[in-house]
Amino acid sequence: MKEYRILSPTGIVGYGFPAASFEEGVRRCPDLIACDGGSTDPGPYYLGSGNCFTDRTAVKRDMEMMLLAARKLDIPLVIGTAGGSGAKPHVEREIGVIREIAKEHALSFRMTVIWADFEKSYLIDKMNEGKIHPLGPVPEITREDIESSTNIVAQMGNGPIMKALSEGADVVLCGRCYDPAAFAAPPIMKGYDPGLAIHLGKVLECAAIAATPGSGRDCMMGYLGEDYFRVEPLNPIRKCTPLSISAHTLYEKSNPYLLPGPDGVLDLRGCTFTEDGERGCRVTGSKLDTSGVRTVKLEGTKCLGYRTLSIAGNRDPVFIAHLDEVLENVKAQTAENFAGRDISYELNYIVYGRDGVMGALEPKTEITSHEIGIVIDVVGRTQEEANAVCSVARSAMLHYGYEGRIATAGNLAFPFSPSDIKAGAVYGFSVYHLLETEGETHLFPSEKMVFKAGEEI
Amino acid sequence: MAKLMDVAQVIRSKNSGPFELTFDIIFRTQEDFEDFTSRKILCPELLCKLYHITKDQVLGIIEFPQAKAVKATIVCPWASGAIGERDVYGAQQHAPLMELEI
Repeated sequence: MKEYRILSPTGIVGYGFPAASFEEGVRRCPDLIACDGGSTDPGPYYLGSGNCFTDRTAVKRDMEMMLLAARKLDIPLVIGTAGGSGAKPHVEREIGVIREIAKEHALSFRMTVIWADFEKSYLIDKMNEGKIHPLGPVPEITREDIESSTNIVAQMGNGPIMKALSEGADVVLCGRCYDPAAFAAPPIMKGYDPGLAIHLGKVLECAAIAATPGSGRDCMMGYLGEDYFRVEPLNPIRKCTPLSISAHTLYEKSNPYLLPGPDGVLDLRGCTFTEDGERGCRVTGSKLDTSGVRTVKLEGTKCLGYRTLSIAGNRDPVFIAHLDEVLENVKAQTAENFAGRDISYELNYIVYGRDGVMGALEPKTEITSHEIGIVIDVVGRTQEEANAVCSVARSAMLHYGYEGRIATAGNLAFPFSPSDIKAGAVYGFSVYHLLETEGETHLFPSEKMVFKAGEEI
Repeated sequence: MAKLMDVAQVIRSKNSGPFELTFDIIFRTQEDFEDFTSRKILCPELLCKLYHITKDQVLGIIEFPQAKAVKATIVCPWASGAIGERDVYGAQQHAPLMELEI
């Protein structure tokens, strides 16, 4: 069986990659260029708001290089989780980017867009049928969770991508997608082992993060054989080692041996990792267990309110000694100020130098720094409400007269004017559940587009 | 007394999805990995003490000899992006493990 070669340019479309690494990958005649486009790591805001965490100009640079190379080599280009979160507005932005590139370079190709958005009424029916289950430590889903979400997507697996390719797509642009699927579906369609292909996809979706030194914005090459795969970074300053690749299977996963996905559970208990040449690693023994119930992972977020925040520093030892009292009393004064009015908000402080990073998890109780940073974080039902509460809390803290105060001009050093930053809508995860399916391909509708000399026909 | 950061080459925390926080410790040598795991130093009681959590919030502790690594997963104290959250990626919750005396 001939080795199937996959070029993974970067960790996320828009993170960039060195041109020299990419050119080296193209020289190695890949059978596929694939790239992950998103993640839930940056938090719930992007899925809910429809905004992308990747920058359009940076995305266009990466997409242009990938698309031109794929067309020149006449190989498929598969993009997973378009636009960062893979809901309709994110995918639409990337369609716009690809349209521009096609026109500017008069490209001809067939593209299939696969949507990953789910209708609320469909999900409510599935909930009532008992087909939606919590994923990890989250509560059972409710009708309210579904109805209050702005966008709900599910991670597609290999099926929809294989269907698009088998129907002749040169470019597959996926909505929300299981990260390895963009890399694994094309070789699986050619008859390669699904366990090895998905494990290879798991490594390649992070590009050179699994190399040493690691980088989320440098290219990796994957080679899939009949009973093994090999990976090698394309930048000569990096290499893959058995340790770097085996350690990568731990990364951001709860259990490194059994990795569930839409096509089954990837079982890595029998894997071996060995050196392959100067800078590569060879892996065998990855298996896919398809015996369990098939599921797709649903993700949805809802608007929780609107945020206004104020950032300030303090470098006064007497103030720092009285910090707890000040923070508590400022909360009380702010509440008293709005008592009896129709106003509802959450006021939190983040104190850098004390427990800003870890909050309640912080084991150290003493402040040992000569200065602290305070973030006054207010979330209200409206932006106006958040603005009002933040302004009162900020001015109360600025002029709060604590016991033993020596510096009487003001307690806070504001680095910016205006001191209060209107951060807009705040989102939280409302849906993070598994939906039972009987094969997921039909759940992800696709749309075909044809470009001829840059024009869409 | 030696600290974990003296014998580990990687100590990291990271969200595993928005609701779980997972820690990886990767050792430099097989001897240190075996010494650490044979003494069962990383246990639910230790995580409860280091992170002020209760046992039911410890989701698992798994040894991964291929990488000379140990992984522990706990319930994220805040959902990613929740109001009052501190660390959206969960990537800066590892420090108490670095200073662990072994």
